Formats: sequence, structure tokens, C-alpha cells
Amino acid sequence: MNMEKENSLQFYAAGSVDEFLLQIGRVVEINGQEIAVFPLSDGRIFAALNQSPHPKGGPLAEGILSGHYLYDPLYDWKIDLTTGLVQAPDTGQASMCRVKVENGQVWIAFEQQLQMT
Amino acid sequence: MNAAKEKLVVIGNGMAGISTVEQILKLTTKFDITVFGSEPHPNYNRIMLSYVLEGSKTIDDIVLNDLHWYEDNGIKLHMGTAVSRIDEQSKEVVTEQGMRVPYDKVLIATGSNSFILPIPGSDKEGVVGFRDIADCNQMLEAAKSYRKAAVIGGGLLGLEAAKGLVQLGMDVTVVHLMEDLMERQLDHQAASMLKAELERQGIKFKMGAQTSELLGDARVSGLRFADDTVLEAEFVVMAVGIKPNVAVARESGITVNRGIVVNDYMQTSMEGVYSVGECTEHRGTCYGLVAPLFEQGSILAKHICGVDTAPYEGSVMSTKLKISGVDVFSTGAFIDGPEHTVISNKDDWKRTYKKILLQDGIIVGAVLFGDIDDANELQKLVKNKAEMTDELYASLMGTGCCGGGKKTAAVETMPDEEIVCGCNGVTKGTIVDVITNQGLTTVDEIKACTGATRSCGGCKPVVEQILQYVLGDGFTAATKQGICGCTTLSRDEIVAEIQEKGLQTTKEVMNVLGWSQPEGCSKCRPALNYYLGMLYPDTHEDEKPSRFVNERMAANIQKDGTYTVVPRMYGGVTTPEELKRIADVSLKYDVKVVKVTGGQRLDLIGVKKEDLPKVWEELDMPSGYAYAKSLRTVKTCVGSQFCRFGTQDSMGMGAILERKFERLDFPAKFKMAVNGCPRNCAESCTKDIGIVGNDGGWEIFVGGNGGIKARLADPLCKVKTDDELIEIVGAIMQYYRESGNYLERTSEWVERIGLDAIKANVVDDHENRKALMERIEFALQQVEDPWKKMLNDTEHREKLYNRLEMSNQL
Repeated sequence: MNMEKENSLQFYAAGSVDEFLLQIGRVVEINGQEIAVFPLSDGRIFAALNQSPHPKGGPLAEGILSGHYLYDPLYDWKIDLTTGLVQAPDTGQASMCRVKVENGQVWIAFEQQLQMT
Repeated sequence: MNAAKEKLVVIGNGMAGISTVEQILKLTTKFDITVFGSEPHPNYNRIMLSYVLEGSKTIDDIVLNDLHWYEDNGIKLHMGTAVSRIDEQSKEVVTEQGMRVPYDKVLIATGSNSFILPIPGSDKEGVVGFRDIADCNQMLEAAKSYRKAAVIGGGLLGLEAAKGLVQLGMDVTVVHLMEDLMERQLDHQAASMLKAELERQGIKFKMGAQTSELLGDARVSGLRFADDTVLEAEFVVMAVGIKPNVAVARESGITVNRGIVVNDYMQTSMEGVYSVGECTEHRGTCYGLVAPLFEQGSILAKHICGVDTAPYEGSVMSTKLKISGVDVFSTGAFIDGPEHTVISNKDDWKRTYKKILLQDGIIVGAVLFGDIDDANELQKLVKNKAEMTDELYASLMGTGCCGGGKKTAAVETMPDEEIVCGCNGVTKGTIVDVITNQGLTTVDEIKACTGATRSCGGCKPVVEQILQYVLGDGFTAATKQGICGCTTLSRDEIVAEIQEKGLQTTKEVMNVLGWSQPEGCSKCRPALNYYLGMLYPDTHEDEKPSRFVNERMAANIQKDGTYTVVPRMYGGVTTPEELKRIADVSLKYDVKVVKVTGGQRLDLIGVKKEDLPKVWEELDMPSGYAYAKSLRTVKTCVGSQFCRFGTQDSMGMGAILERKFERLDFPAKFKMAVNGCPRNCAESCTKDIGIVGNDGGWEIFVGGNGGIKARLADPLCKVKTDDELIEIVGAIMQYYRESGNYLERTSEWVERIGLDAIKANVVDDHENRKALMERIEFALQQVEDPWKKMLNDTEHREKLYNRLEMSNQL
């Protein structure tokens, strides 16, 4: 089983916790969707679609993590991973995913984006 | 004379009692003072217990009056001694152990106890209140062995306790009887914003729940609610309220209602006996917050010393929640009724809320959430029953134009006798005085001198404004700018602290030096990692999470998330074999562009992250460090090997220098150039170190820059031999490494340090030059090629460069 449903949310398997380096983001590709997974120093794991809310776009996974904040790798925007909100003076919001960890296994739920190909 | 002193006995060694004593000592020395405290500690700042729990302060940090203070002021202190009653007949205070101390005046300041719900099981092990150091220690202990905690009570204290326990790693649920948190201080709107914010911080809530029983055997195991549902909990904090501690007064026959009843001069029903603080009931009100203590203490002190004073007429209640990152404030009336005119402003984006209540045009209350800059102003306006005016409205609610000067103006019009620090009774006049007469220039100095901001810290913004107002233009010069928003420490102070305290990791530095954001930011973390590596080249373990993406990946990220690869070409010289490999790799890995760089090498643009290790492996060339704050390129002209004007072998010397000094971390990127003759074809004047050959040797230039702020390099010195050249180059680099601010290019560094200082250190002082060279040689022994290193480290390579591909087919 690499999928399970909970309250109509679809959770996808996203690897085991020891496939991630503490405080360093890693991209997990699920059904063609890039998810940036962030293991915080306190052991919590957050995940977002790997798309910067900055108008010029770009990835998020390679940013610098501090507590539950992410400094994006291209424009140094500060993003609160608990909400996805970009901190002042910049504005925007990253698309956050639900994460749960069970028995060392990371599960991620996200809204599927329609592939226009 | 001593015999003639009046005997004052203070029952209660807490903030109320001792702040009153402090007030008395300012006015007179006529008392012989004895203090009884039931806790085994000197007076400490009870309102800061939540910081102790949170871990940001220790118990020592929150002691307000240490034992020396009692000694210095001739006060007899009996710690760990509870008083049982006052004997009016013999005019003696009697302790539980039977000690009798005669008095002329008695001050009761016994404070309050946690109110423990009278429900079955409330006496079980693992159930505590949150009032004193003992409770705090129990909570710290519990967090070590238990995981699930419940806090009963969603008021100020309960929320602070809950946040502290979450911080300690516990799974915490706050159980609250009402539908709104802090319903005695906040309106529904602010309460829901507060709840949302605290949920984000990891606290769980069960609202509208009445606890009917605590479950478990000897130790509590859970809570049962009135609706028969159950919550598991191995540790329970009761924070439902406080109960004035009136035991001594009741035992002594003093009139007691809910609290000890006093008149407007804090006199109880017994002659010569007074009461202040949370144990006191004045005009039917018992206060549970800190500000009224001081107001009561101040009036009592004047009265008891025979100084004229206005009677105490009650306090306007103001509340601030002391949880980091959650700013809530309320003062006066906070629930709007039909009699109120409501001014409100809610911003869901910034998550701020401001509400001001007027009654017949008078400001009677306010609630702030998120941004509490106006708290002090509003508190004062409510207290003074100020009338709302157009100017006030503009100042409080903003008029859309820039209001830069408004805060200073408020300080300007503040009367001298107005109290700025309510906890310690410091007036604006006192603060202005010490700034002008003692030349103080920082809030910390003012704190040390007057005590202002020492307790709850809420008045710090006002003290800062006063400082700014008094110093005027001198203020900016006086304030310290930290290396980033996380600290007020400068680069030099941080480096000194690291050395002095032997700090080894960025985490240690941030913890020990009190960073405001515990894990720093994208500015300070890479800087600290650099300073640590510079100070401990052999032992510092480079911290990947503190490296900016390019340095962490050893490649430059592009806007689409692909990377560039720039291999070394020492001195800008390559070979046909290398060029063939570059061509092959570029084709194989679908490189988008091969670009000739300004530093005389080739840049392969558009390499996918997962392909980076393979590209490096197949190129089989060293990393060019194009991504790093390190030696980038050494640009050269053709020089004496081929050029008819050449006087020196610039290509050769360029390659030697590049090989010798590559891979070392610098404060910022570092570029060099070597020219074979003064025609300067390799453009030495815009390099960090530029070298120009001439017939008898070399001339060295420093601090050139062709980037954002162009600067021509300064001539530093001339040398005769190659060895001398290499040694001076090494010494300049090490001097820059040791004294440069992180991200400071040499063009700024030269101007800050001064060319003369550089000359003195690396040219004139031969011994110093040798020492610098030795240190850089030592650091150079520790470096290795990052690409090779990564190719040999399968685990990190996988986790850093490869995405996890999950086939989750529906």
C-alpha cells in the first residue's frame, strides 16, 4: 500500500524519514508533481508544492530553513511553513501540503494540479 | 539612633512587598525592616516565570533583588518562613515556627495561590498550579518523563503555561470553560485570532468544556468532562484563576472579604497593618496583574512615610500576553456595548486587529492583536480618560500618509512626572535626567541605572522613544546595528564571543548569544558558519544547512532551478583534451548554453540537479568555485612566454596563485589578475588583488572592483621576487579573512580598514606577515575539492542531488 485515504484527503507515500537530511529540503516527485519536503530541526516535517510564490517562480526546496521558516533559494523571501504565507515586506503564499509521519514513513496529501499536456 | 527606628515587618517576599519596600527606601531610612517569605528564594519576577518555562531565561535571570540587596539595605530576610498571624495585643508578628517579631507597622503582601478546582481527583500526583518557582520546576521535570499535558484554563496564565510546555516538547491541550480564550481581557475577534495563532504554534484547544473529574490512580491519567467525554493527560496544570492568600489576615482577625479589605491608603481594619498586591481587595476589586501592585505600593509608601499623596482610586486593567511571537494587549473596556462608539481595523493579511472603544467621545478601552506598538499610548489615554480628537485618531489609526514622527511627538508632550515603567516606578523625568546628566545612550544602560524595562519589559519602546527624543541626531550614532535582525551584536563582538567562550557551532553561537530568532536567518547563519570555519579551520565541521544553496550544492542555481557548472582552468589556460571532455559532457547532458565567462573560463549552463555529480565525474576537472565566497578566477594575460611586450610569466604565476589559494572560504567572492607588463591587459585595477609585472619584479594592487560599485584598486607595494609576491598575497588574503565582515568585498574592506593598516600588517611588519601566511597555509591544508568529495560520499550525494520518485499510481 502506498496510498491511503483519510477524511477524503489522498495521502501519498513520500519515502521514509531517513531519506531526508535534517534542515535540508528534498524534492519528492509524486505522480509527476514536484513536492518540496522540509525536515525541520525539531523533527517536524513540512511540505509544499515546489513552486515559489514569487512572480518569477522557481523552486523552493533548496532554501535555508530556520525554525518553521524557509528563506527561498532564489529571492530570499521568508515563508512561514506552517501557513505558507510570505512574510512582510513581501507578500504571497506557497501551496502547502498536509504531511503525516507514521512509523518512520512520510505521507503527503496535496491538491492534484491538472497537467495540460 | 537605631533604637529610635520604627519597626516595619513585611509579610511576603514577592514583587508587591519588595517593590513597596523599594519605594519606602527611596523616601526614608526611618524604618528597621524585616521581611518574611514562605518561598526559599529572594524576590524574583513572577511574571517572567513563563520565560523560565519557555527556556529563554533561567531562575537566576529573573531574580529582582538578590541577597546582597537585602544586606546592603539592612533588611532582615527570613526565607522559607511562613507567618501564621499578627498578634495585635503584643504588637508582634508570629511565625509558624513560633518566632515572634515586634512591629510598629506591618505590610501584608502575601499574594495569591492558584485556585485548584474542587473536583474529584484534583489532589492527584501530576496536578499543579502555575504560580511559583516550585510549580515551574515541577513542569520542567514533568516534560522530561511525560508527553501528554492538559492545561485547564485558557486565560493569560494558562496560555503561557501551555506555550511553555509545548516548547518543552509536550503535546498540550488547553481546556477552557468558555468559547473564547482570555475572555476577561479580549473580545471575540481578538480571542479567535489568538487561538488561530496559538494553534499554529502547536497548542491544541478544547473549548466550552467543563472538567468534572480528574482520572487515574495515584497519578493523574486523564480528564473527564461534564459531557462524559475523556481527554488523556499525564500532567495537568490548573490555571483557572487565583485566590488571594488571606490566611494570615483571617487568622489575625482582620476584615477579609474575597481579599484583605483596605481603604484608599491601603490600610486594613487593624491599626498599623497595611496590605498591597494580589491578596488585597480595594473597593470590591482584587487585582491579579502587576501594574496595580506598583500603584498601590507607591501610595502606601508615601502614606507610611508621611509624604502627601493622592488616595488610591483603583487601577485601569491592562494586559499583555507574554508569549513570544504572539502580541496581544487590552486595556479598560474591551467588549463593545450599545453605549460605545467603536473604531476598529482588522487586517486578515497581516493578522492584526485594533479596536478602540469610545463612550461619549472619551477613550475607555482598547484591544490590540498582532501589532501592539500603540499599547502604551492607549493605556495612558484610557487611564487619563482622554477625549478622542482628529489628531489622536490620525496618530492611532493612521491617515495614509507617513507618520514617522508621531511616536516621538507623543514622548515630547509627555509630562516629566508621568510613570514610564510601571513595574519599577520610573518617570519620564528620571529617564531624561540620566540621559542628559550621565550621558547614557542605550536602553540597557538606562535599565541598569534606573530599573526601567527591568521587569516585564513592556515599556521598552517608550524608553527607546525617550532616548531618541533626548539624543536627537545623536541617537542613530548611538544605537548598535547587529549583523542582522536576529542580534544586536556586531561582527567583531560575535567573533570575540566565539573565541572567548569557545563556541563551536552556529547553534551554540545563536543560543549562547541570545539570538531573537532561535535558528537565525539567511543572513546570519552563513556568516556564523564562515566565522567558525575561519577561526577553527581544522575542527569546524562545515554546516550544510547554513550554506546558501549555491555553496551547499557546489553549483550556481538558475531561475528555473537548473544549475551551472564551471570547472577550473588555472590562470585561464585549458587544453584540447579538457575542451573535448567539456564538449562531450555538454552534449550528453543536454547543456543549454556554453558560455565564455569574464574570468577566462567556460560555464556550462542549464544542468539538471540530479545530473550534477555525473557531469563532474565525467568532466574530471576540479571545481572552479564559481558558486562560492572563495577564490574565483585568476585572470592572466599571455605574458613573457609568448608576448613580445611581456616582462613576467603572468600565465605561470596566475596558475601558481590559483592552485595555491583555491578552495578556501573568504568573506565574499575573491578575484585576482596577473599581468606580464604595465599594459595591464588582464585588468588588475578591478580585482581584489591585482598584480602587474615589471622588469624588476611585481607591483601589487588591492581593493579593486568592477561590479555594483566600481572602484580602482589601490597600489599596495612592489616586490622583487616571486616568493615575496606569494607571501604578501597570502598575508593579504588571511588578513581579509580574519577582519572582513561576511559578504564585505575587499573594495569596502580596504576603505573601512584603511590602506595604511593593511600596509602595516602585511608589508611592513614582517613577523606579522609570516604569522598570517602560516595561518593561511594551515587553513589551506584542510580544504578538498567539493566535487570529488561529493562523488565519494554516496549517502549525501543521493539525499542532496536526487529527487525521490514515488510511483503512486491511482
